[in-house]
Amino acid sequence: MAKRKIKVLVAKPGLDGHDRGAKTVATVLRDHGMEVVYTGLHQTPEMIAEVALQEDVDVVGLSILSGAHMSLFPRIREELSQRGMGHVLLTGGGIIPVEDMDELHSQGFAKLFGPGTNTVEIAEWIETEVEKLWSEEGAKR
Amino acid sequence: MKQSTHDQSAPESRVVSVNGRAKWEEATAKAKLRDANFTTLSGSELKPVYGPDDVDLDFDRDLGHPGQFPFTRGVHPTMYRGRLWTMRQFAGFGTAGQTNERFKFLLDHGQTGLSVAFDFPTLMGYDSDQPHSLGEVGQVGVAISSLEDMELLMDGIPMDKVSTSMTINGPAPILLAFYIACGENQGVDPTKLRGTVQNDILKEYQAQHAWLVPAEPALRMITDAMSYCAEHVPQWNTISISGYHIREAGSTAAQELAFTLANGMEYVARGVAAGMDVDEFAPRLSFFFDSHLDFFEEICKFRAARRIWARKMRDVFGAKDPKSWMIRFHTQTAGVSLTAQQPENNIVRTAMEAMAAVLGGTQSLHTNSMDETLSLPTEKAVKIALRTQQIIAEETEVAHVADPLAGSYFVEAQTNRLEEEAEKYFDEIASRGGVVACTDAGYIQREIHRSAVTYQRAIESGEKRVVGVNAYVEDAGAKPEIDIHRIDPEVEREQCARLANLRERRDAAQAQAALDGVRAACRDGSNLLERFITAAHAYCTLGEITQVLRDEFGEYKEPKIL
Repeated sequence: MAKRKIKVLVAKPGLDGHDRGAKTVATVLRDHGMEVVYTGLHQTPEMIAEVALQEDVDVVGLSILSGAHMSLFPRIREELSQRGMGHVLLTGGGIIPVEDMDELHSQGFAKLFGPGTNTVEIAEWIETEVEKLWSEEGAKR
Repeated sequence: MKQSTHDQSAPESRVVSVNGRAKWEEATAKAKLRDANFTTLSGSELKPVYGPDDVDLDFDRDLGHPGQFPFTRGVHPTMYRGRLWTMRQFAGFGTAGQTNERFKFLLDHGQTGLSVAFDFPTLMGYDSDQPHSLGEVGQVGVAISSLEDMELLMDGIPMDKVSTSMTINGPAPILLAFYIACGENQGVDPTKLRGTVQNDILKEYQAQHAWLVPAEPALRMITDAMSYCAEHVPQWNTISISGYHIREAGSTAAQELAFTLANGMEYVARGVAAGMDVDEFAPRLSFFFDSHLDFFEEICKFRAARRIWARKMRDVFGAKDPKSWMIRFHTQTAGVSLTAQQPENNIVRTAMEAMAAVLGGTQSLHTNSMDETLSLPTEKAVKIALRTQQIIAEETEVAHVADPLAGSYFVEAQTNRLEEEAEKYFDEIASRGGVVACTDAGYIQREIHRSAVTYQRAIESGEKRVVGVNAYVEDAGAKPEIDIHRIDPEVEREQCARLANLRERRDAAQAQAALDGVRAACRDGSNLLERFITAAHAYCTLGEITQVLRDEFGEYKEPKIL
């Protein structure tokens, strides 16, 4: 049976224009055989959750370097849950202090990545985590 | 070949040199070399050594004297003997009052010019209390939503004495209007104001991404600002054509050079097309470059920039005033070169990048703080960054001699190489219909993205090494032991409350009339900056003014890059 492709939404919430990291990660994930949707810049939480739903993605990866993560990330998680997308693997990266990463983790975010992260590591981590989710889903059925 | 006599043009030393070259080639061919990638940071192949055969150089044509065409050696005859570069640290966070305090701190510690960082809502033309601004107010810069905020920002700072640089683009003419109006309220005539607005919208579309309206109306606002200031605010630099963001977004050194100068030429062409004489506005154009880690490549980039611009302005645009030929530029060390790992190492990186900027002849310099991959800088980190410049200026003795590396085979060969690479891009851009068409089509954005991915792969394969990231790594999971500068969420509430209060207090009819004036100018083509100044005095907010522009001109939509 052909293996299902992992589908990832790479999203830029907030007003910051730093998309070098998001676009680089998107390119690397595609090279790893994933299907990647990139939102473009300046997205609101509602817009991101709506695209996640429409595209029926497995993973949402948020990139933010503006310092607004504590305001925006929890709202994105809520918007996803409201659309029945609470099951997606929710991750991200950017300029996020370690304390904030811990807090977001306790709110249901999976791993968040900081500057200097190897992008292949991100791709492999996503593969592993999605496999886990899929096998849990399979077990439930 | 053996020489028979001593009076021929090729002297014995030449024989020695030819023999020496053969011996050297033999020696290096056999030698075992380090396992390393011998290219520039931007991926250009480097020879192991450079000599006269590598350089086509005519002193008068290619170098000249400092302060003379083609300005390769610097824009002033005396360079730093006359005056050191301006030490200008970019700063801004929280409320106008908080940033005002930081400005006074920097001025007290010997900084010689101000540089304002705005928060993202301001950069995008939103008021602090608009829905898009949620969570962003005061985070990466100061929130300025009205003339009142500008008055708080400049409180107690003599606007006729300091020069102020404002990093703002989409809504740049509006912030400039706030500044001019603020000066008038301080009793300072606009002719006394000195400073710069970045106002470079093309590189926003290409790299930095804080935009407002589409290219054509945005370019019109820029030419409106150029013509208004030429007449009324003559010491103001109405645009700072910026390669910094292009480089930080991932471009190579050559791409930074090429795209920045291509943008610059577009602005000049627009000014001329709007009916101005090139010498009327070109002397007020300023530039802004990145100084990255490749020491020599960066120095050569600065030299090449001066030479290319001088040639284009004189020979292509027919400028007569030597001031129009000169590229005067600000430099910032490369934020993207800083690492979150072992952050103290960033002091060393910044020092070397700053040294390259000085040897490259910059007019002003911002040195990054060691903690900027973690948060906005703390006061201590900012002070070290400023002291880095002061140590270069006062202790290293490098500022005594203009263009000290000229004549180096390597430096001249790289300067020529960068100029050639830039010329290739100019041809490519022209063949694709010019820089605006290239930007609307996403060509420049894709070129930058391609370089960013190539660089990331080079780091991940270990071809390029970064201390603390893929070499000399210390425990990766450790939390950095460095203070974090956090913005209190109270800032957003305070700012929103002040705005609500301002809207209550101001003369509503006067504000509405001023906004109607802006709308009329959008339609009838009269100078927009003049109307923005009237609106500033009426305490119209940034978001109200940009809403008129968005209604009249539409919003910019980014092309699909991926």
